[in-house]
Amino acid sequence: MAYSNDRKYTKDHEWIKVSGDSGTIGITDYAQHALGDVVFVELPKVGARLAASQSLGTVESVKAVSEIYSPVSGEVTEVNVSLANSPETINQDPHGAAWLIKVRLSNPAELGNLMDAAAYQAYVADKEKEATA
Amino acid sequence: MIAPTTTIELRKTALNATHRQMGAKMVNFGGWDMPVEYPAGLLQEHLAVRTGVGIFDVSHMGDIRVHGPDALAAVQHISMNDASRLAIGQAHYSALLYPQGTFVDDVIVHRLAESDFLLVINAGTREKDFYWVRDNVKGFACKAEDVGDHYTQLAIQGPRAMDLLARLTDANLPAIKNYWFTHATVCGLKQVLIARTGYTGEDGFEIYVPSDPTTSEMVWSRVLQAGAEFGIKPCGLGARNTLRLEAKMALYGHEISENITVLEAGLERYCKFEKGEFIGRSALERQKATGITRTLVGLEMQERGIARDGYNVLDSAGRETGYVTSGSYAPYLKRNIALAYVPPDFAALGTTLAVEIRGQAAKALVVSTPFYKRPKRAA
Repeated sequence: MAYSNDRKYTKDHEWIKVSGDSGTIGITDYAQHALGDVVFVELPKVGARLAASQSLGTVESVKAVSEIYSPVSGEVTEVNVSLANSPETINQDPHGAAWLIKVRLSNPAELGNLMDAAAYQAYVADKEKEATA
Repeated sequence: MIAPTTTIELRKTALNATHRQMGAKMVNFGGWDMPVEYPAGLLQEHLAVRTGVGIFDVSHMGDIRVHGPDALAAVQHISMNDASRLAIGQAHYSALLYPQGTFVDDVIVHRLAESDFLLVINAGTREKDFYWVRDNVKGFACKAEDVGDHYTQLAIQGPRAMDLLARLTDANLPAIKNYWFTHATVCGLKQVLIARTGYTGEDGFEIYVPSDPTTSEMVWSRVLQAGAEFGIKPCGLGARNTLRLEAKMALYGHEISENITVLEAGLERYCKFEKGEFIGRSALERQKATGITRTLVGLEMQERGIARDGYNVLDSAGRETGYVTSGSYAPYLKRNIALAYVPPDFAALGTTLAVEIRGQAAKALVVSTPFYKRPKRAA
């Protein structure tokens, strides 16, 4: 799929879309596909403080548990509570309806460490090549 | 979530290229490059088997033939069930045991002829099992042969499995009772072994066709074509695992292993002490007298969280009391279930325990098993 340039991406396959000092975080299409059918999501509480690369929760498919890491430092301002009852949204719309949390960025400079769409696209293309080698 | 790359050459079934063409996600399972799920996904595959039909390539399973004048005595010596009670054309669940009463492997024993048996064994233990069988039947006038590479083994499973297979064979399928088998023509191939067995908790058949790729691909695609009207799905090892877990069927390396005894695993009903001597018998008789210190129970999660293999089980005071052998979201039951070893004191139905999930205790209830039992259908 084509990754959009309206957001940044991590090597652990999270995305973050920033507007002002607020960032919306989710997992990428590549990640949901690698996981398979998602059946459980565990997210932090509103008010929790996260450091960049710190675990913010887990997404579990039938087969696997995957830790989700925060792309940036900040305070959790909103949690997508609908995912608790419909975790399959993560497979259906990982870049849209299935956002995980919103954070208030405490260090926007960290965004500079993340990949843009073209870099992420190349990164996952490499991964896919490895997997079929 | 990325599988580590490996330099060890994985073994492939005759259908490997077919699975890849169909877009299956492949994993290393016991040294075999196997499909874990196809593009439809594990949940759809699981539900297809519960409500319609699914097909699995299980050619990675091993097969050992034991034949010769003393074959029955040899099989009686190396396995715990009573093979003398098998009619020709009948099969049963059994196990190969170490002298300590623990598992070399579990096995389906088929009686092909009076003195000819086919043992179907697990993929990850093929070599170990074969050498163990060969060594332990040495004193008997019979031969143990590794015939695992002779067959492509396909499991056709689900309430519509018989309707589907009936279109491809001249066998009288309704006449094959559960855990019986026959030989008949399938997809034009003569003398194909058709067994009413499986590992899903559902009705179904396992067929053994010649393992060359052309034949294997022909049968695979004809089953998919014939199954289209029943909504057939090709199914991977992911669904195979969740299906067997709902049905509480043991998996080697999880519920059974070289460290777990038959009595602990709750498989005594397949262990026939009255038949006479077999490897592991005296250790099991001793354990029967002294009692077991752990037993396998079914758990259903009461709080949010999925118990996974290896997680600790806690008692109501938070003390570590056991461990999970298999745990998953159950796709048909839509609950989070697990199998676990706990001391017998905690095994009563309705006992509240907890599973430690990432440092948090999540409540779980001891429930009756199997978690799923297929509905009785009108004949």
